[in-house]
Amino acid sequence: MIIRKRLAAGACALLAALAAGIAPANAADEPSKNSPKVELVLDVSGSMRARDVDGQSRMAAAQQAFNEVIDAVPDDVRLGIRTLGANYPGDDKELGCKDSKQLYPVGPVNRTEAKAAVATLRPTGWTPIGYALRGADADLDTGGGTRRIVLITDGEDSCGQPDPCDVARELAAKGTHLTVDTLGLTQDDKTREQLSCIAEATGGTYTTVRHTKELSGRVKQLVRRAADPVETPKATQGAAECAKAPELGAGVYTDRATFGQHRWYRVKVTPGQELRTSVSVGADRAVDPDYGVLVRAVGEGGQELVRGTDAGSGRTDVMSAGLRYPIAEGKKGEDERARTVCLEVSHSFSAPASVKRDPGLPVELAVDLVDAPDDPSDLAAFGLGRGWVLLAVLVVTGLIAGLLWGWLSRWRVSVWRTN
Amino acid sequence: MRTTRVLTSALLAAAALFTSATSATADDASPSPSSAERDAPTEAGTTFRTATAVKQGQKATADASTGDYLYWQFPAGAGQQPTVRAKVKLPESAARHGSATWQLDVFDGLRRRQACASGVPTNKASAQDATVTVTCTLRTVRPWSERWANDPLPGAYYVRLTVTDIPDRDLGQPVRAEVEATANDIGGPRAEGGELGAPLHAAAVSEPESGWNGGWFSDRWVWTVGGAVLGALAAVGGYTLTRRPRWTTRPPAGS
Repeated sequence: MIIRKRLAAGACALLAALAAGIAPANAADEPSKNSPKVELVLDVSGSMRARDVDGQSRMAAAQQAFNEVIDAVPDDVRLGIRTLGANYPGDDKELGCKDSKQLYPVGPVNRTEAKAAVATLRPTGWTPIGYALRGADADLDTGGGTRRIVLITDGEDSCGQPDPCDVARELAAKGTHLTVDTLGLTQDDKTREQLSCIAEATGGTYTTVRHTKELSGRVKQLVRRAADPVETPKATQGAAECAKAPELGAGVYTDRATFGQHRWYRVKVTPGQELRTSVSVGADRAVDPDYGVLVRAVGEGGQELVRGTDAGSGRTDVMSAGLRYPIAEGKKGEDERARTVCLEVSHSFSAPASVKRDPGLPVELAVDLVDAPDDPSDLAAFGLGRGWVLLAVLVVTGLIAGLLWGWLSRWRVSVWRTN
Repeated sequence: MRTTRVLTSALLAAAALFTSATSATADDASPSPSSAERDAPTEAGTTFRTATAVKQGQKATADASTGDYLYWQFPAGAGQQPTVRAKVKLPESAARHGSATWQLDVFDGLRRRQACASGVPTNKASAQDATVTVTCTLRTVRPWSERWANDPLPGAYYVRLTVTDIPDRDLGQPVRAEVEATANDIGGPRAEGGELGAPLHAAAVSEPESGWNGGWFSDRWVWTVGGAVLGALAAVGGYTLTRRPRWTTRPPAGS
């Protein structure tokens, strides 16, 4: 029986490998290079046998959900499936913790093949989450589009090293726009903490699942989310001082700033333009409850031009601030050359001693330059007035003018008569 | 004025339809253009960059997990006072372990936090509550402000809805959120001049019906023109007083 299953699994793996080999060959009718990629990472460890999801086993629930998800995958999403703990049933931790395989390669989905591959899965081994995440990241490859991992598991990492949370942060810091969403099939504290930590580290979400319907609904939602077109930020690296700062044009950028570190960037602004910038610093790990973020625009001479700031406390995903700095168009003969504006980004997040410092917190910087008049001639609406005082002023003025005019003309008439 | 506005809004609508059609060519769920007008978004974004665009008056819904940060964006023009209302349907109370505090944050197009002039932006739901409602009414949007101010300006506004304080064990449970942004036209009392070169970060949202900079008309025209007429009448009256002094001067002088 087991041998037959193995054979079937082997055949599927072979099929998958073939598909993987074929896929790049007919790249012509593949979606564009920047089409979004999603990898579903499914825990197939022994504990998935437990029958506590709507009366069926966790594995059956996951398989049912996967079938629905595979049916609903948007056409421009490239989907892959990876398993962890699917193949090695033994007790050797060394082997069990390297048990993660790509079940279905990332690419346009052949629904029948993908479902057949999922149907072969049987709860088997260990739960090497960290190892599987690295594998999934490699499967997704780089490329321009969004990259998303959806991790479905029923327990914490049973291998310890590498810590899946650190792995997630390390993968997110590579600047490849990776998001990991996690779904937990159990409600125990340790699993929840670990999965929340993984999600937080990459800007993903964490969900606990109690019913099959919730599972398929959520995974479908996450896959759809990957298909939404998003502007992917460019990676940049700010400097410790303005003179060495990288020059940025309009666009969205990402960087990392560790605790207590500030970052400088430079932007060229021509007179008649307005510089607009927004900064978000993400809290991708456990941080102390009070924090803030500051962005300053500083002139070439070092004087501060304008600043944006925000502070808060409690649970948060990001802290944001923004500023705008218009440079009025000079009069004729004045210097029309572009000015350099330095942007200094700093944050006051701090973290308990047990929290890893590297890589730093994710910084997102959006820079925009718009043509802007910044010289309103009058702040009243079209110079109009309003209210009883206005009426009184106008009426009294009119009355006085009328009286004066009347007296003046009477006086002139009497002067003319006497002459 | 009106015709150009109608024309531009028609063009904008056409452009929006075109872009949504191209970006969602493969999305077989994309509805026909006529229903797209009515259909409110059923998903929320999870970051500023992915914030779902909603129109004013549209009720956006989203299924999410407790602890998710949900983002939407809506447009607001000068002279409007936007109000955001969010209602969260909480998970069944049997599955919850304590009270939860929900919070609504509103940011302008430059991601600057905007103050809630009124409303209840933070609300605590007890373990028995089935829903929780949070609201935020912003200050009146101004057409222009000095660069050092963070007055609300025309453009996109981001809405972030999340739970800020909850027992850890309740994270990850399913919730359903409903968000609606409406705007009140304040009119004459707050009508102002000046304008921005472009609305703040408004690429993803459509222009509000009254335009980014508000309409040209306000009751200030009525007051000013009315005042001018009254002033003219008063002038004529004053002049007449001096021209026909007999009524007042004759009786004592005459005999």
